[in-house]
Amino acid sequence: MQASNPLPLTSLGVSTAPAIHAHGLVKRFGSTLALDGLDLDVEEGTLLALLGPNGAGKTTAVRIFTTLLKPDEGHASVAGFDVVKEAERLKSSIGLAGQEAAIDEYLTGRENLEMMGRLYHLSGRDARRRAAELLEQFDLVAAADRVAKTYSGGMRRRLDLGASLIVLPPVLFLDEPTTGLDPRSRRQMWDVIALLVTEGTTVLLTTQYLEEADELAHRIAVVDAGRVIAEGTADELKTRIGGDRIEVAVARDADLVRAEEIVRRHVGGQATFDPTQRRFSGGSRDGAGELSALVRDLDAASVGIEDLQLRRPSLDDVFLTLTGRQAEDVSDEKPRKRRWRRS
Amino acid sequence: MGTAPTGVRAAAARYRPVQRRSRFAWALLDAMVLARRSLLQTVRIPSLIVFVAIQPIMFVLLFRYVFGGAIRVPGGQYVNYLMPGIFVQTVAFGGITTGIGLAEDMQKGIVDRFRTLPMSSSAVLTGRTIADLGRNLFTVIIMLIVGFAVGFRIQGSVLSFLSGMLLLMGFSFAFSWIAALIGISVGSVEAAQSGGFIWLFPLTFASSVFVPVSTMPVWLQGFAEHNPVSVVANAMRGLFNVDPSLTAADTRSAVIQSVAWIAAILLVFVPLSIARYRRTTRG
Ligand SMILES: Nc1ncnc2c1ncn2[C@@H]1O[C@H](COP(=O)(O)OP(=O)(O)OP(=O)(O)O)[C@@H](O)[C@H]1O
Ligand SMILES: [Mg+2]
Repeated sequence: MQASNPLPLTSLGVSTAPAIHAHGLVKRFGSTLALDGLDLDVEEGTLLALLGPNGAGKTTAVRIFTTLLKPDEGHASVAGFDVVKEAERLKSSIGLAGQEAAIDEYLTGRENLEMMGRLYHLSGRDARRRAAELLEQFDLVAAADRVAKTYSGGMRRRLDLGASLIVLPPVLFLDEPTTGLDPRSRRQMWDVIALLVTEGTTVLLTTQYLEEADELAHRIAVVDAGRVIAEGTADELKTRIGGDRIEVAVARDADLVRAEEIVRRHVGGQATFDPTQRRFSGGSRDGAGELSALVRDLDAASVGIEDLQLRRPSLDDVFLTLTGRQAEDVSDEKPRKRRWRRS
Repeated sequence: MGTAPTGVRAAAARYRPVQRRSRFAWALLDAMVLARRSLLQTVRIPSLIVFVAIQPIMFVLLFRYVFGGAIRVPGGQYVNYLMPGIFVQTVAFGGITTGIGLAEDMQKGIVDRFRTLPMSSSAVLTGRTIADLGRNLFTVIIMLIVGFAVGFRIQGSVLSFLSGMLLLMGFSFAFSWIAALIGISVGSVEAAQSGGFIWLFPLTFASSVFVPVSTMPVWLQGFAEHNPVSVVANAMRGLFNVDPSLTAADTRSAVIQSVAWIAAILLVFVPLSIARYRRTTRG
């Protein structure tokens, strides 16, 4: 992946310590256990996606790695520096684009970047040049001298990401960098992130979208209730939950019993049933083939089909399969507002 | 984007932080960067422009013409008595900008970013208080001009005028640090606003700002006389030579007390605010 790029520093030496390491992190807020023994390793030059629902502890973990919070128990290090004992030195090696855009609304895009450059201790001239470069790279030239208050959500995110790249630290933390972006802006953001990783930056990215993790991550860690409940490559996780999802809604209540028996034959053991919509769903190991077989069998049993889908697994599916817990119905809520609860 | 960025890392690698500077130099430079930010905000937020430039003019005119006829001060002109007091009151309230600005920062992601930068953490506070100093100086200059237009005259030497202004700015800086501690402690902009104002009313009204302390009930005089607002206002009156009731000894004593107040407030509130800010840093 990085054959043509400068080798990451530690790969020149003997050290193969992960760029980001956490062991047994615990963090409590009053009676809330935000992190409950989180373990994590991210190899240098790779991107790990921390995937989990609202309240899983993603932001808390990022805040500990970036020295904004102290863990109650456990330890963590970034770029070889302990997050508690060597916090000051660690800061020169990291960049953070937090969940909320960290920009000053009353400054222009250019002023924001120049200010951050100065605070990274670039000289005035370098700060100005770097700001101009980043504005160019992030397609903000036209808006550069407008106050950030007037920026759209996507523009703010881009400016915010730009600000975290001023000196391009070796380790980058991106907390839900694409939440709230339209598909085009999201795609652009993905391109930038992918390029950064190709060039050797280690990235820890949190997301609620499996699709995003799938697109960008070398490895995915699924977090829930403050701990990592599964870790692996996208393929490994998808295989674990049974590949693509088949969903079929039956037209008549009378057919339900027959339908269930047929569906169980074709989808994995984790099939679920939603009675209000008479909808079955489950994993399919063989995608389209499985689907057409299912349709044939349902037809042969003259079960009326109201709706039929083959779709990529969502975070909901991953989560449901891994924890056996039911997600709250979220159909008419925006993704960022999703809440999960224990069944 | 648009055109996909190429060589992000190579581009960034051209920029190296400046290394050779002491911690103190960085603390000061970082503070100046953030002071500039705060001053830019001032000119872009209309309500702040009103607070900094318009309200003080109104105050001067209202007190000069509404109370000016009714209030008699021994041996002098009320406008001459009033102006130094109103300067002190204005800069005391001016510090609230620091408190509100910090409370706002603390609620937003931007403080998280500052905290992950290799910058001096005290600069977030110092930047605000220095900006307040600049704003207050600007406000006082406007008030001086308006004051001269409505009859305010000072009589001392240039040196004592400048000393008076220096005291005023020292007082302004000290009070900004009190507001800073309030701003980072209260947790919301609204609370920083009300918490910033509420204690200033008794302090500035139960003082020599508008009327001589000797006209107040005895039980209040003790407080009003030693209150830093009175002390600084009196010192300025003495230095500007606008209050015939003040002897040279009175002035000297007021100047010394002012310096003591300023030093005491800074000694307590600067370390307290910075420690408090750092503590919230570490969750
Ligand atoms: N400062 C805080 N005070 C109290 N509770 C907190 C605080 N920060 C986080 N929590 C709680 O800790 C838990 C984990 O929160 P965290 O923000 O890490 O979740 P998340 O995975 O980032 O969620 P989201 O997807 O909504 O951003 C939640 O229950 C949250 O309410
Ligand atoms: Mg979060």
